[in-house]
Amino acid sequence: MTAVPASERPKVSLLYNPRVRTIAYQTLLCAIIAFLAWSAVNNAIENLRRARIASGFEFWQFTSGFDISQTLIDYSSTATYGRAFWVGLINTLVVAAIGIVLATIVGFLAGIARLSKNWLLSRLAGGYVELIRNLPLLLQLLFWYNAVLKALPEMRDSLTLPGGGFLNNRGLFLPQPNFQGGFEWVLAAFVVGLIGAIAFRIWARRRQERTGEQAPVGWVALGLVVGLPLIVYFLAGQPIALAYPQKGRFNISGGLELLPEFVALLFGLVIYTGAFIAEVVRAGILAVSHGQTEAAYSLGLRPGPTLRLVVIPQAMRVIVPPLTNQYLNLTKNSSLAVFVGYPDLVQVFAGTVLNQTGQAVEVIAVTMAVYLTISLVTSLAMNWYNSRMALVER
Amino acid sequence: MKRVLTSIICAAALGFAASSADAQTLTTVKTRGGLNCGSNPGLAGFGLPDAQGNWTGLDVEVCRAIAAAIFDDPTKVKFVPLTAKDRFTALQSGEVDVLVRNTTWTSSRDTSLGLNFTGVDYYDGQGFMVRKALKVNSALELSDAAVCVQQGTTTELNLADYFRANKMKLKTVTFATSDEAVKAYDAGRCDAYTTDASGLYSERLRLANPNDHVVLPEIISKEPLGPAVRHGDDQWFDIVKWVLYAMIIAEEQGLTQKNIGEALGSDNPDIKKFVGTEGNYGEQLGLTKDWAVRIVKHVGNYGEVFERNVGQGSPLKIQRGLNALWTKGGIQYAPPIR
Repeated sequence: MTAVPASERPKVSLLYNPRVRTIAYQTLLCAIIAFLAWSAVNNAIENLRRARIASGFEFWQFTSGFDISQTLIDYSSTATYGRAFWVGLINTLVVAAIGIVLATIVGFLAGIARLSKNWLLSRLAGGYVELIRNLPLLLQLLFWYNAVLKALPEMRDSLTLPGGGFLNNRGLFLPQPNFQGGFEWVLAAFVVGLIGAIAFRIWARRRQERTGEQAPVGWVALGLVVGLPLIVYFLAGQPIALAYPQKGRFNISGGLELLPEFVALLFGLVIYTGAFIAEVVRAGILAVSHGQTEAAYSLGLRPGPTLRLVVIPQAMRVIVPPLTNQYLNLTKNSSLAVFVGYPDLVQVFAGTVLNQTGQAVEVIAVTMAVYLTISLVTSLAMNWYNSRMALVER
Repeated sequence: MKRVLTSIICAAALGFAASSADAQTLTTVKTRGGLNCGSNPGLAGFGLPDAQGNWTGLDVEVCRAIAAAIFDDPTKVKFVPLTAKDRFTALQSGEVDVLVRNTTWTSSRDTSLGLNFTGVDYYDGQGFMVRKALKVNSALELSDAAVCVQQGTTTELNLADYFRANKMKLKTVTFATSDEAVKAYDAGRCDAYTTDASGLYSERLRLANPNDHVVLPEIISKEPLGPAVRHGDDQWFDIVKWVLYAMIIAEEQGLTQKNIGEALGSDNPDIKKFVGTEGNYGEQLGLTKDWAVRIVKHVGNYGEVFERNVGQGSPLKIQRGLNALWTKGGIQYAPPIR
């Protein structure tokens, strides 16, 4: 006699229920994927067993027995394969990290230069971009490596650099700073200076918002971050001793060593990726409507601040997503290192370790997992940055 | 993320499915109508394509001999150039039927890599090449030297072991291919280049000024180079093994490309067994009666092949040394056909 119960809705067969259908399809898809994965793994294990090829990760603990030219952590031929993996991974990360920073600088400069009103500058930038991005990276790496080797003098005719360094086709050798007691005060001063600089910047910005007055943030920050540690350094009695490189019969030893392989790889990656970033930056700037520039000019801003304060912040929203791709490309392209003899992860681990242990499945799986992780972490960081830069609607 | 994972898994599944090992290599090769032979992409005397794409070299001729024994036609070989690093994966996955690529026979390769070495077609050892201008007379003077080396070989390991054993400091620069390593050595990046001694003589010819370089006398390792096949196919293992033995036996018996025709009428029981006029030794291998005749007719005996490719008939001019027959002061020896 009262309300209509829910059960009086038209009854639909489960077959046509959209919810049920979606779940069914997804379960089916998952099952297929799981089956494929299972059969692949099973098949691989079976094949390895039948051919009596060793499997598993026992080799991680075995002595590697080979030598690596650039090691940023302790390593010798008596270390384990696991240690060799870390050496390779660190070498990859170093070249990728430095490469990303430098490529960004080169890319931004070239991208902005290409839009310059200066005819020569814009044509030069245009020429650079068109030339570099249309040549295969591997060719460029080989070119840079041979250019580095051929251009520098032989070991016997090393260039002596002021301050006790050497430059030849075996690398760049510089005095190595050794930190002694008292250096912790310099570090502490640096940290204090850094915190002070950040605090001053926040204060200056608040004051500008309140009163419109500007403070010389740059100079104060420079003084705090560089000046303060310098003063403490001298007060503490210069606690850095330099280890100078020494010429031996064949080679220069001691001191800091920068290998030509590293320089060639870094140079090649930076020049190549920089060309792509330049195009990304140019597209981003062109995406900001010209009205913004005109509005800034009519407010009396000069071209420099207009670019820095008005155009680039808005362009960043367009730039960041494709920029992430370029960062990922640079990291992945660093695996071409083996062709110029730089000991990165692929050269050391997926190369020599794979060859000596013969465990292709394990080694390649680990290598892929590493690149996947590096790439995902990079995208995660860039996405976080992107969401911070995104337009906040009020 | 999910999509990436899925595609990786699909690719992996396909990869594994395609690589499932086949125990019937001989049948596969016959059906295909040709032998797939893993070869050196470019080492004069061992495996090197000329300008016309014709492959030459000692290792290459071993592949031709296998093809000759199966098809009576030494040209039915497809040479697959492999880097040192990729060669074992190519053999394991079935991309090539046999690997004849100056590969050192070691215990770990013979066992955990899933390979079977069928014999030794060249007894070698690792050495060093340096510039004459360095005035180095012995490898023991090389402490602290920079050494260029090719990746994925036993060379890397021997090098580190030798320097460690002699308490010398070492700076290695490792390259993916011997080509890159030699170029870097030639450009002055390294003081020394190391590989198997035969390789040193061969690579020296490619340097800008071969006469400015010298091979040091020390041989720091044993490098028996030979053909390898996959685990799990004994018949194929036997065939590859006996093709090489047949070449050595032919030299022992004095059978050459020229006189093999006359040998068919010989009364000597050993030769009768060899040429197949007595017994069914070829059929026992899964081949024809005249399998050994085919090898000698098309390719020649071991001595002929050696001299033509690396010996006095070649620019390398390597002495027979260890590779002479056991009857002539060397250690090349083959079990009898009987």
